[in-house]
Amino acid sequence: MAGWVSTLIQGVLLGGLYALFAMGQSLIFGVLRLTNTAQGDFIILGSFAVLSLAARLGVPALAAPWLALVILLPLAFAAGYGLQRLVLNRVLGRDPLPSLVVTFGLGIVIQNLLQEIYSADPRFIESGGLNDASLALGGGLAVGTLPLLIFGVAVAIAAALHGLFTHTAIGRAFRAVSDDREVAELMGLDHRHVYALATGLAFLLVAVAGGLHGMKTTVAPSDGPALLLYGFEAVIIGGMGSFLGTLLGGIILGVTQVIGFRFDPGWGVWLGHMVFLAMLLLRPAGLFPKTR
Amino acid sequence: MSLLETRRLDGFYGDFQVLFGVEVTAEPGEIIALIGANGAGKSTLLKTVCGLLGARRDGVVFDGAPIGGLPPGEIVRRGIALVPEGRRLFPSLTAEENLLMGAFARRRGPFTLDAVYRLFPALAERRRAPAGMLSGGQQQMVAIGRALMTNPRLLLCDELSLGLAPVVVKQIYDALPEICAGGLTVVIVEQDISAAQRVSGRLYCLQEGRVTLTGPSQRVTRAQISQAYFGV
Amino acid sequence: MHTPPVPSPALGPEVRRSTRASRIGAWGAVLIVAWLGTLPLWAEPGTLRDLDEVACYLIFAMMWNLLAGYGGMVSIGQQAFLGLGGYALLVLGNFLGVNPFVAVPLAALVTAALAVPIAHLAFRLQGGTFAIGTWVIAEVLRLSIANASVVGGGSGTSLTALRGIDKTTRVHLTFWLCQAGAVGAIALTYGLLRSRQGLALLAIRDGETAAESQGIHVRATKLGVYVAAAFGAGLAGALYFLGNLRISPDAAFNVNWSAFAIFIVMIGGIGTIEGPIVGTVIFYGLSKLASDFGAWYLVGLGLLAIVVTIKFPHGLWGTLSRRFDLHLFPIRRRLVRPTAQDSPGL
Repeated sequence: MAGWVSTLIQGVLLGGLYALFAMGQSLIFGVLRLTNTAQGDFIILGSFAVLSLAARLGVPALAAPWLALVILLPLAFAAGYGLQRLVLNRVLGRDPLPSLVVTFGLGIVIQNLLQEIYSADPRFIESGGLNDASLALGGGLAVGTLPLLIFGVAVAIAAALHGLFTHTAIGRAFRAVSDDREVAELMGLDHRHVYALATGLAFLLVAVAGGLHGMKTTVAPSDGPALLLYGFEAVIIGGMGSFLGTLLGGIILGVTQVIGFRFDPGWGVWLGHMVFLAMLLLRPAGLFPKTR
Repeated sequence: MSLLETRRLDGFYGDFQVLFGVEVTAEPGEIIALIGANGAGKSTLLKTVCGLLGARRDGVVFDGAPIGGLPPGEIVRRGIALVPEGRRLFPSLTAEENLLMGAFARRRGPFTLDAVYRLFPALAERRRAPAGMLSGGQQQMVAIGRALMTNPRLLLCDELSLGLAPVVVKQIYDALPEICAGGLTVVIVEQDISAAQRVSGRLYCLQEGRVTLTGPSQRVTRAQISQAYFGV
Repeated sequence: MHTPPVPSPALGPEVRRSTRASRIGAWGAVLIVAWLGTLPLWAEPGTLRDLDEVACYLIFAMMWNLLAGYGGMVSIGQQAFLGLGGYALLVLGNFLGVNPFVAVPLAALVTAALAVPIAHLAFRLQGGTFAIGTWVIAEVLRLSIANASVVGGGSGTSLTALRGIDKTTRVHLTFWLCQAGAVGAIALTYGLLRSRQGLALLAIRDGETAAESQGIHVRATKLGVYVAAAFGAGLAGALYFLGNLRISPDAAFNVNWSAFAIFIVMIGGIGTIEGPIVGTVIFYGLSKLASDFGAWYLVGLGLLAIVVTIKFPHGLWGTLSRRFDLHLFPIRRRLVRPTAQDSPGL
């Protein structure tokens, strides 16, 4: 029994990580209707960026990745803003093809650049033992400190995004621009700027996801697509356009994978895909859909 | 000097020409009506003035400055606001949030959230309702309020009566004098000729993209309007 | 003295399809195919294998173009059908004792049949989510087969059905089958687009709601295109692994297939038949030149695809075709006024 409870908890915490992968995607899709097929690759890029920077900072391993992350956050925002403003704004429109091809191309570029720079070997961000630490919950149960932390971050981010969208001026701007771009312009909003802000914000999330992911597991340049797919599944299961839905979707996916893994390592990811397909069949709009 | 002046204005939807040398003026504080059949170019004229459609730079002159072809955001900052045809509220936002969108233009003036609620008391109770849940009349009030929140000097209203019951239309037009009390200039586009004549001081009739009649609203006859409207 | 042609009042305008360029092109194509047919007699096996691969890329890219450029459905998961075609070949050949060469078109048919239930799932998504959804489906297939030890599991297995066949015969037959497949794929696409279904497709591409209101069954037409594209992808997969002799889930369901198809079609010119042909030639040439550069080659390819999509959305062929009004595979019908010179007896 304790084994199953432990499995369940692991699944929920894993779900937090998947939700984190998906948040940026959910944000960009909600505001711009853009599907970023390079989402996973950007996260891995973030992991490697934190990895390299942390190694060069000359501070103890316990603090290094966090400091690296803090330094990288403004850079990530600027990169996202710039990418949207200079490249992606040009390929937005009724036809989904150009944005898909451009983001797909970006993904290939990132994967192969990382491979050339870092080689294909998996790497790991040293976190000063944080990865091995665990918290005792009583009843013989224990959870990893890092997974718990990651889950906490995911919940905090989901709540923060929800609050941003519902209670702030910029949130209103995001919602308005996604509803009716032309009338939003009539209100004085510049959609190019608003879109770029959304992508900049999404890249902040990508950097955080990358840093945390790299501390928890080894990362390799070719890992991007898997992260994209998990994030995507989390968003579809939870429902497009709802951050809390994405969190829940991630949790469902995480639990499913962990249960499948328990039966046979080969079936973990597969079972997650099955639940996704079942969702698609039975309730394609997801559990809490908000986006039209 | 007129507040708004269009000079030999040609308007296009892509390659398709819709307006031919249209000349319309509005003096400060006036209420002008544009009437004409469907497709005559009335909405196109409003969209060209507020920047949604392109134009020659000096085709539209506002307060002495040429503004043709400028982006809509720039034009709203100069003080022109549009109440779009069909309301076009933001469905993801509540009534109040829609009104607050007007504040992005950052213009100072008498129209605050409270002022709008005083103007349209029915909205105050429904402020937290999602825009899609409001009745047609309430939506129209929100659309007007949203435009007023940008504190414009010139308000463009496109087919306020569209899809609304006559009693609701009357309610909305009854609010117009109060809206204009502060010296606001208004251009309304209307299908309902009687409403247009009642509410405005001067009117223009458009037919196939050209001005075919203009004059004081109270003095223009039905016969003149028929002729100008249909071109017979 | 030259007199300008006078339009004949007696004959009305007529509808024509072929252009001078297309008539030249048609003869050129016949010559090229004939020349290719003779290759096994004098070329090296390495070259033959290379051209087999080119044919497979061409078929796969042509099908991706049909789906995206004409059907309006952008998929990053067509490798699902390529892999299914390969594994159907394996099952037919190794387990059911069918002659592997006969099994190739059968494998394509099996793939097309499987595309119907898969479409039922995929069509629940639209646009960008459809694209990623198709990728997930391909991954599901990859994982499912990797867990099925009967077909070799994760490490794959060999096509033992080919063991009994003499090497030269096998190589030649594979080559001819591949080229026939490529010609067939081009012919199939061309035929489809010239037909009423093709006109319906173009209408749907331009505006679904309008097309529906004209009585076009949008969903049925899209399903038809999806199944046709799956057939072609399955054919490409069966042919590829016929020549490869060995199949594994990672090779069969690799997303790189889609990546290459996208590059080929975008660089060549989407929404044209000539585009994927041009693109395959360019892609193949580049891959031969850049084979020493490893991952940098892919970086370059990715950047090229991005630049082309933004700056030259119609690709190389598309840009030229528009500039010079060149159509080797004319689909459009043109209204031509016959002149006095065209009328017989004058």
